[in-house]
Amino acid sequence: MQSKRTIFPNKLLPYALLAPQLIITIIFFLWPAAQAVRSSFEREDPFGFRTTFIWFQNYTRLFADPGYLRAASNTAVFAVGVTILSMGVALLLAVAVNRLLRSGKFYTTLLVWPYAVAPIVAGILWWFMFNPTIGIVPYLLDAFGYRWNHRVNGNDAMILVIIAASWKQISYNFLFFVAGLQSVPKSLIEAAAIDGAGPFKRFWTIVFPLLSPTTFFLMIVNINYAMFDTFGIIDGTTAGGPAGATNTLVYKVYADGFVGLNIGSSAAQSVLLMLIVIALTVVQFRWVERRVQY
Amino acid sequence: MLSSATKLGTKSSQRNNMGVSMFKNALLLSAGLVAVMGATPAYAQTEITWWHAMSAELGEKLEEVAQGFNESQTEYKVTPVFKGTYPETLNAAISAFRANEQPAIVQVYEVGTGTMMAAQGAVYPVHQLMTDKGEPWEPSAFLQPVVGYYSDTEGNILSMPFNSSTPIFYYNKDVFEKAGLDPEVAPKTWAEVEEFSRKIVDSGAAKCGLTTAWITWIHTENMSALHDQPFGTLENGFGGAASELTFNNEAVVKHWGNLKKWADEGLFQYGGPVGGNDSQPKFVAQECAMFMNSSAGRAGVIRNAVDFEVGFAPLPYYDDLIDEPKNSIIGGATLWVLNGKSDEVYSGVAKFFTYLSQPEVQADWHQFTGYLPITTAAYELGQEQGYYAENPGSDIAIEQIMRGTPTANSKGVRFGNLTQVRDAVDAEFEAMLAGQKTAQEALDSAVERGNQILRDFEANNS
Repeated sequence: MQSKRTIFPNKLLPYALLAPQLIITIIFFLWPAAQAVRSSFEREDPFGFRTTFIWFQNYTRLFADPGYLRAASNTAVFAVGVTILSMGVALLLAVAVNRLLRSGKFYTTLLVWPYAVAPIVAGILWWFMFNPTIGIVPYLLDAFGYRWNHRVNGNDAMILVIIAASWKQISYNFLFFVAGLQSVPKSLIEAAAIDGAGPFKRFWTIVFPLLSPTTFFLMIVNINYAMFDTFGIIDGTTAGGPAGATNTLVYKVYADGFVGLNIGSSAAQSVLLMLIVIALTVVQFRWVERRVQY
Repeated sequence: MLSSATKLGTKSSQRNNMGVSMFKNALLLSAGLVAVMGATPAYAQTEITWWHAMSAELGEKLEEVAQGFNESQTEYKVTPVFKGTYPETLNAAISAFRANEQPAIVQVYEVGTGTMMAAQGAVYPVHQLMTDKGEPWEPSAFLQPVVGYYSDTEGNILSMPFNSSTPIFYYNKDVFEKAGLDPEVAPKTWAEVEEFSRKIVDSGAAKCGLTTAWITWIHTENMSALHDQPFGTLENGFGGAASELTFNNEAVVKHWGNLKKWADEGLFQYGGPVGGNDSQPKFVAQECAMFMNSSAGRAGVIRNAVDFEVGFAPLPYYDDLIDEPKNSIIGGATLWVLNGKSDEVYSGVAKFFTYLSQPEVQADWHQFTGYLPITTAAYELGQEQGYYAENPGSDIAIEQIMRGTPTANSKGVRFGNLTQVRDAVDAEFEAMLAGQKTAQEALDSAVERGNQILRDFEANNS
C-alpha cells in the first residue's frame, strides 16, 4: 500500500518528542535497575556505613538456600493456580453476563468492584473470613468435618492465598472477556446454530478460538500479576507462612530486604526476578502467541 | 513487566533520595540563613521528632506523655509520629538515616538492640548525651534488669529505657471453676499446665487449654533464661558479634516437643508467628483457658475479657530441670537518639529524657500500660499509692524479672539481625507443628539457620 509520507526536516524534533518518555524510563526504571544489579554484588550493613564487594556470593548463597528454591516452586504453583482460577471464573461470569440483555450492565458494574479494593485490604478481608479462630469459613468447613488451619497447614495456606489473589483479579479478567465476547460476530454463532450445533459446541468451536487473543493477553497479564503484584495480599493473609509455605519469590525480596535488612541478597533476588520476567515474556511471545488467531 | 520494574525502582529509591535530600537541605539552609539574617531574634520553639510504634491506646497514652512535656516548658516541642509496627519503625528510621532525614528520637524494640549498638556512627549514646548537656543522669536509679540489657560492655547506657516488658501468664478463672479447678490457683509448673489443660478440655469447660503469643520470645528465649540454659555463646551475645546460637538446649527441646504433643491432643493451639496475632482472640473468646503474653498486653486483655475474670501468674517452669526458676528476660523498647541533628535539638532531647525519668511520669505510664516501671523510684511510688494492692497481678511482671540473681543465661539475649533469627525460629516451629520435623530436628535447623544470619552480621560489622 502506497501512502503519502510526511517528511519532518528537523532532525532534533523526534528526539525532543521522545525525550520526556525516555527520561522517565531512565530515571525511574533503568537507573534503579542498574543500582539493583550493583547492590546484588555487595554486602552492606543496614545503615550503609560499610559496603563490601563480594562478587557472586549473594547469588551462590541463594542457590544453596533450600528456602529460595522452595519459594521458586511455591511461585510456580501460586502463579498457575491464580491464573487458572481467576481466568476460569472470569470467563464463566463473562459468558453468563453476555447472555443477559438488560441486566448485563448491572452485573458488570457489581463484578468490577473488587478490582478497586486495595491489595492489603483484600488480604485482611480473606484473612478475616478464613481465620481459624474467628472466621466464618473454618466454622462452616468444621461442619463438613474438615479442620481448616492455615496457620499450621501449608496446603490450606496456599489455597487461601490463591483464592484471595484470584478474587481480586477476576474483575479485570471479566471486563476483558466481556469485551472480547461482544466482538464475536453474531452471524457466525447463528450460522452454527442453524447447522445444529448446541451451545457447548458453539462455544468451544467458535467463541473460544475467536477469543484467543484476549485469552493470550490475559494469560500474560495474570501470570505477571501472580508473580510480581501479589505481595500485599500475601502480606495481609499469611505473611509467607507457615514455615515458608506461601513464601513466593517477590515476597521474599520484600521480607529479606525490608524486614531482614539484607539489601545485597534482596537485590540479587530482584535481579533474578528480572531475568525470569524477560525469559517468560520471550517464551510467551515466541511460542504461545503462534497459536493465537487474530 | 512494568510491575517488576517498579519493584526494582522502590528497592533502590533510598539511594536516589540522597541527592534529592542534599538539594533540599541546601535549599532549607539558605532559607534558614535568610530568616536568621532578616529577622529580629524572634522566639521559636525547637521541634524534636519522635518516631514510635505504639498503636491504639498505647499510642494515645504516648502522645499524652509528649503533651505533658510540651506543656511543662516553652522552649522545645516534642512531636510523636506513629510509624507502624516495631520492625517497620526500625526500618523506616534506617532508611531515613540513609537519606539524611532521620528523626531525633526513635523507639526501637529490644530485638533491634544488637543492630543499633553495632551502628555506632548513627547513634548518639544516651549516657554521653546527658553528660554533654549537663542533665542529671544516675544509672543506678534505673532497675538493673532493664538497664543492663541496654548497656555496653563498660556499663554505659546507650539508649533511654522507655517501655520494657516481660512475659506473664494469664488464665480464665471462670473456666477454671467450671472445670472443677481452684480459680485462685494458677499452674506453677508445665506438668500442672498439662494436667489442668486436660481437665479443662475433658470437662468441656473450654475447647483448648493453652495458647500463646511470641513462640520466639516466650518459649525459646525466656524458656532458656528461666531454666538457666544458654541461648547462645559469649553470654548470649553480650560478649560480641562472634557469638553462636545454642538454643537447641535441653529445656527448649523438651518444651517444643511438649507443645507439639499438646497441639496434636488439642490441649494447645498455635496463635501464629511473631507476636501470635490469633492467640489473644482465642483467649478472650474463651476458646483457650490459659494464655501467655507480654505484661504490656494486660490492659488489652482486661478490656476485652468482658464475660469472665482474668487471673495473672508468673510463667510456669519444668520442676524436673530446675528447682527455682531464674528471672524472666526483657522485651519492649527503648528510645535511641540518632546522629546528625543540631545542638539545640539535642539539648531538648536531654530535657525530654529527664522529664521521662520523673517518678510521676514513669509510674503513670507503667500503671496505665502494664509496662515495667523503669526506675526504682517509680516502683516505690506505685507501692506508696497502693496501686499494686488495688490491682492484683499488676506486680507479677516486675517481681518475676527481679527475682533471684541473674546469671549469664538470664541477663537477656542480644544479637545482631535478631529479627531474622526469630523469623527462622518461627518457621522451624511451624515445620514441627506440621509434622515435618521433630522438636530436636526443628531446633537444630533453627540454630543452623540462625548462625548463618549471625555470621552475615559479623562479616558486615567487623
